[in-house]
Amino acid sequence: MSKYILKRVLLMIPTLIGAGVLVFFLMRLIPGDVCELRFAGTGLYVDQEQIDTCRSNLGIDRPMFIQFADFMFGFFTFDYGESMWTGKPILFEIGLRFELSLQVAIMATFVATIIAIPLGAISAIKQDTWLDYAVRTFAIAGIAIPSFWLGIMIILGLLIVTQAVTGIPWMPPIEYRSLWDDPMHNLSQLIWPAVATGYRYSAVATRMTRSALLEVLREDYIRTARAKGLIEKVVINRHALKNAMLPVVTIIGIEFAFLMGGLVVTEQVFNLNGLGKLFVESVQNHDYAMTQALVMLVVLIFVVTNFFIDLCYAWLDPRIRYS
Amino acid sequence: MLNRTGRLALAAVVGLGLTAGAGAAKAETPKSGGILNFVVGSKIPSYDGHQETTFGMIHPIRPFYSLLIRVNPNNPSDPTDFECDLCEGDVPAATENGTKYTFKIRKGVTFHDGTPLTSADIKATMDKIVFPPQGVPSARKAFFRSVDTITTPDSHTIEFKLKFPTAAFIPALATPFNFVYSKKDLDAHGMEWHKANINGTGPFTFVQHQPGAFVEGAKNPNYHFSGQPYLDGFKAIAAPKMAVRLSAIRGDRASIEFRGFPPKARDDLVKSLGDKITVQESDWNCVLLATPNQKRKPFDKAQVRQALTLGIDRWGGSKYLSQIAIVKTVGGVMFPNHPLAATKDELMQLKGYSSDIEASRAEAKKLLADAGHSGLKVDFSNRGVDQPYKVVGTWLVDQWRKIGVETAQRVQPSGPFYDTLRKKKDFDVSIDFNCQSVINPIADMTKFLGSAGNNYGSFEDPELEAIYAKIEKEGDAATLRQLVRQYETRSLSDEASGMVTLWWYKINPHRSYVKGWKIAPSHYLAQHLDHIWLDK
Amino acid sequence: MAIVNEAALEAQVEELEEKTPWFVAAKTMARKQPVGVAGLFIVLLMIFASIFAPVLTPFHPEYNSFENMLTPPNATYLMGTDQFGRDIFTRIIYGAQTALFVGFSAATIGAFAGLVLGVASAYFGGVFDLVLQRIMDVFMAFPLIILALAVVATLGAGTQNVIIAITIPFIPQCARVVRSNALAIREIPYVDAARALGFGHMRIILRHMAPNVMAPFLILFTAFVGQAILLEASLSYLGMGVQEPTPAWGLMLQGGAEEYAESAPWVAIWPGVAISLAVFGFNLFGDAVRDTLDPRLRSR
Repeated sequence: MSKYILKRVLLMIPTLIGAGVLVFFLMRLIPGDVCELRFAGTGLYVDQEQIDTCRSNLGIDRPMFIQFADFMFGFFTFDYGESMWTGKPILFEIGLRFELSLQVAIMATFVATIIAIPLGAISAIKQDTWLDYAVRTFAIAGIAIPSFWLGIMIILGLLIVTQAVTGIPWMPPIEYRSLWDDPMHNLSQLIWPAVATGYRYSAVATRMTRSALLEVLREDYIRTARAKGLIEKVVINRHALKNAMLPVVTIIGIEFAFLMGGLVVTEQVFNLNGLGKLFVESVQNHDYAMTQALVMLVVLIFVVTNFFIDLCYAWLDPRIRYS
Repeated sequence: MLNRTGRLALAAVVGLGLTAGAGAAKAETPKSGGILNFVVGSKIPSYDGHQETTFGMIHPIRPFYSLLIRVNPNNPSDPTDFECDLCEGDVPAATENGTKYTFKIRKGVTFHDGTPLTSADIKATMDKIVFPPQGVPSARKAFFRSVDTITTPDSHTIEFKLKFPTAAFIPALATPFNFVYSKKDLDAHGMEWHKANINGTGPFTFVQHQPGAFVEGAKNPNYHFSGQPYLDGFKAIAAPKMAVRLSAIRGDRASIEFRGFPPKARDDLVKSLGDKITVQESDWNCVLLATPNQKRKPFDKAQVRQALTLGIDRWGGSKYLSQIAIVKTVGGVMFPNHPLAATKDELMQLKGYSSDIEASRAEAKKLLADAGHSGLKVDFSNRGVDQPYKVVGTWLVDQWRKIGVETAQRVQPSGPFYDTLRKKKDFDVSIDFNCQSVINPIADMTKFLGSAGNNYGSFEDPELEAIYAKIEKEGDAATLRQLVRQYETRSLSDEASGMVTLWWYKINPHRSYVKGWKIAPSHYLAQHLDHIWLDK
Repeated sequence: MAIVNEAALEAQVEELEEKTPWFVAAKTMARKQPVGVAGLFIVLLMIFASIFAPVLTPFHPEYNSFENMLTPPNATYLMGTDQFGRDIFTRIIYGAQTALFVGFSAATIGAFAGLVLGVASAYFGGVFDLVLQRIMDVFMAFPLIILALAVVATLGAGTQNVIIAITIPFIPQCARVVRSNALAIREIPYVDAARALGFGHMRIILRHMAPNVMAPFLILFTAFVGQAILLEASLSYLGMGVQEPTPAWGLMLQGGAEEYAESAPWVAIWPGVAISLAVFGFNLFGDAVRDTLDPRLRSR
């Protein structure tokens, strides 16, 4: 088992390095750089000298391989430097947004789970009945509706409805306060994106629950349990559901990893100061240092989550361990 | 004693008189107190006004600092109305044949950390802007090329000696980016310190900045304009999407936004909130141009360029685009409300400004046919921002279609767009713009010169340069006006080296309880917030 | 020792290859999956609309007509007009062309590239598999939107580059699934038998492995088309998608949703409905295909 763990951990490293290479070169392929952008605010003329000064201050005029070595070395020694756009330490900038993104990811996952598992189970048990169709339609609608449209409609709906009912239009708060400082403010802001996102992710989880449960229900041991005379409810809850959970947990785990930093559009619509927004801004500002750091963070989360999922599988299914 | 009718009549007269009196007295009395929440659509790169150029920095950071002189916040549309901020009295006139300006500095002003302000601080600040040491960027260094020396005869006097007299110096000095720093800070911490730290003499002290979220400021009790600021503090909340900023004002999460909204957004707000919303509108010192690249054939031929400008229905466009975009006024090279700007009749003399668009289009098609380019294809580079770039771009594509020109619009985000415009220059025609803070038309109009650093048409026009050389030195108003018309005709009509589309239009709907803020023709001006108060 | 009858062995191998003939599957599906048929109907409607667009629509999708700007839906303009006076119904129909073009291109290239890589990875195994898997991992972990943003920022916006940007995340997704299916098949004895008979790599891959990963491949393909349409919409929202004046649903939604959601809701509603319906249709159809082809999921 420990050999398996070691192997999986070692395999993470080339993935991280590969991601580093990709983001490093991808960013530098985009025409323009942070200095040009900075000085172009009003269409003014700014002399080349200013731009060159800015470039040498940031170190982006050094040869590529030196910059890359610097970046990789910094990553593995936990020294991430400063943002090229704001000059503030990258860890500080990321830390600010991390709490919010984490909270939304947890809340959305919770929403997704409490929708998906019951609905998926119902859909599987009542396969091909109108209930099944209804659930599948509901689930697919969650994927089909563009997320930013849904978000805009939610906010607009809130404004219009509250004005119609109370005369004063209400919208969720637009600045973030920590859950510990001001729980009411925090929840009234984050519940909406959590529900909107959670609904989308429940779609995937619902369908996975359904298909996993369908497979399990055809297994021989389920037939045996029924033949033994156990009531259907016990069969489902004690035997089938538990065994169907593994692929479902996998999907939920992977989606959670994706929620950290992947909620770009949702954050724009609900004005959340999260990792997704930071991501888009840093790409648009050509802030190489920040984008690199964020990509490494997101890839790290993905790789570690996958590792734990693989570990779960290996522990539960000895065949995989020995392959 | 008056009977009932009489008393009513008296009450009416008194009431009328009071209102009239109040109208005559003009302003209501400002109330103190309250926190102003406003939304800002752009990001803050650093806090150093000398280096930055974006309004995303001005809106949240300007209130922490003061300038030497500033645009009069109660009359910001007048391009000649400047008042003293840190100086005393009136803005001085030039002496010594227009080459020397002597300012008296206010006494008793302190920085937020307690350091008293002297002329040495102003000198240190201006030295950083005008004569930055090697390695220190200064975005407006080019504005002050006329400055020869800056001296401080005593602790409350500062003198600027110019190499030659120019009307452009005072407006340049009033540029809202010229934050006054403390010499002590610059000496002790170096020239980069202000990028990440704030210590000024402004009406508000820095409380906190949560990057990506908000900037918070609190009232400065020792502000040098007594009684001000009226607000207890402000919060500048970051909101990159227009829909969010709009909803924020509607849901009262923010009271005002200082850049501007498109017309339909204003209509939505007014429709839903009625008189709880006040709308202020103004011409904007920003113009959208289409610049042809004269290094590319056949845009090096004047007829082809003329055809393109003839094909643009500016008057019709103004009527419709002003309903869906933040552009409106048809104008030439000058800010439309400036005394030197062309009148409607003068404009109509220019190619592309005629009210008979069909005749213009026919002429355009003929010009293209004569030049042998009837099926012209244009590679049009545009910036990936909706208002007004993409809207005007879509309109231009259709306008040129009507004269038989096939235009392919290539939209890029700001970074690559600037790269294409300034470095690679691989476009046929590009959208271009000229946005300035303080209205300084003699300086602003240099954009149209081929030799200007911010002109991307890749051409040389000695005749135009000669006209401008005369303009720079002309003192007589009537002759100046004539010269400006010559400049305009050559640039926009004869050579069509730059095609003005429309001038921008600023629409600021805000909550009615925000008082004291007067819209300026630029979103960079009058943002120090010391004159704003909340009526609630 | 008995001489192995090659022909007979080959016949047995071929027999084992046949799982579900296509036409039997299609008939089963129509009978048992009405929801899937509904999905197929939507897909066919889209295809029909995009082919016959010039015939079905009275107006030009790109010409401005300011005098008619922001007209509510009426007899002439079935879905109203947008801020440039363009008929929305026309743009929705032409938008189907763009959506299908973007969707099918991205899905086809992505799915086939993924198929090839996944099967090759499973078949050859060893270091090749290890390296390929790591590369796939990198692309899967890389945030989709950022990758698309960077690609579009580098290559410029426009339909072609949007397709490239959208295709890239599909390849590792497909490769992963195909690989795990192919791995399972590699262990089945008949592949060994085929190798023993001396069948070449290509033949084994094409005739034996590939057909057996068809089921998940098809499902992924239909899912990809839906995902591609949604991705185009998101990219347009961020300003990086197809550009004006091309009619594209995501672009129409972005232009309308923010500014005209209240004063002229039809500008934002119809594109949103079109996108949702298209994705819906493709997903329903894909679900039905999977349910039919996967014998384990058939109803009792």
